[in-house]
Amino acid sequence: MTAATETHTEHDHSHDDHAQHGMSNAGYIRIALILAAMTALEVSTYYVDFGALFMPVLIILMVVKFFIVVSYFMHLKFDNKLFSFCFYAGLFLAVMVYVIALATFKFFAA
Amino acid sequence: MSDVAVHEADHGTHGHTTTTGLSNNKIAMWLFLGSECLLFGGLISTYMLYRGRVSEGPRPGNVFDIPFTSVSSFILLMSSLTMVLAVSAAQNRDDRGTTLWLTITALLGATFVGGQVYEFTAMYNEGLGFTTSLFGSSFYTLTGFHGVHVTVGIIMLMSVVGIIKRSTIPGDKAEVVELVGLYWHFVDVIWIIIFTLVYLIPA
Repeated sequence: MTAATETHTEHDHSHDDHAQHGMSNAGYIRIALILAAMTALEVSTYYVDFGALFMPVLIILMVVKFFIVVSYFMHLKFDNKLFSFCFYAGLFLAVMVYVIALATFKFFAA
Repeated sequence: MSDVAVHEADHGTHGHTTTTGLSNNKIAMWLFLGSECLLFGGLISTYMLYRGRVSEGPRPGNVFDIPFTSVSSFILLMSSLTMVLAVSAAQNRDDRGTTLWLTITALLGATFVGGQVYEFTAMYNEGLGFTTSLFGSSFYTLTGFHGVHVTVGIIMLMSVVGIIKRSTIPGDKAEVVELVGLYWHFVDVIWIIIFTLVYLIPA
């Protein structure tokens, strides 16, 4: 395979990715409804006693909502992996740095 | 059309050949958002450390109005939907749809900021000033920084609406709308974290 053909194949692949890029508008509305339902569940923890599940439920919902928005609304799931690297490298660094900083101040021991 | 030219057209590089074949603007925006994680990570961590440090003035549980903030959060979340619909319209070269959804997104964002101003005023009237306690300082700094980001987002949205109407965006309009959209969604995901860690999980 020549370099030019290789580039072309690569391009065709990225073109396929680009086609999937956009979900349909109905798909976006479905995602928004899922996010709204998750937000309602989060807010319900203020009114309903979830006992020991209170903290895990809130943290899991927060993380899942975060990744749904980043993956679907921000298109990272369908976009070039370089974009994912640029963002997740910063996110990973931030989480590591501040978890260590909080641990240093014995935040998790409290 | 040469391969390079095809790449340029497909990824909206506006005639500039890039070594990755991707838009440099988009890479720059993702790098910027990655760096913003560090900014908000620092602010959120500071709040988590200081939220229990109340020597005088009200404590977090006494000033938060969860039903009100829940509605604000829902509004900001829905603005992400309208934003993604604006990007979709821009990719379909539907200028009317794009300006409509961008304007709705800006209005939802303005409603959120208005709610934040109301919340700050109510908290101040209840005795929580910026220097009342470490809780107050870290809370106003974190949510204030977020509010400024939303405000900047609204200005960006309205600027894009203005330049679409004047048709002065050179090259690919969809990419410009997408870049503003990335920033807007990021502001939303940061609020998802703030809403849970600051408002829903008590100190």
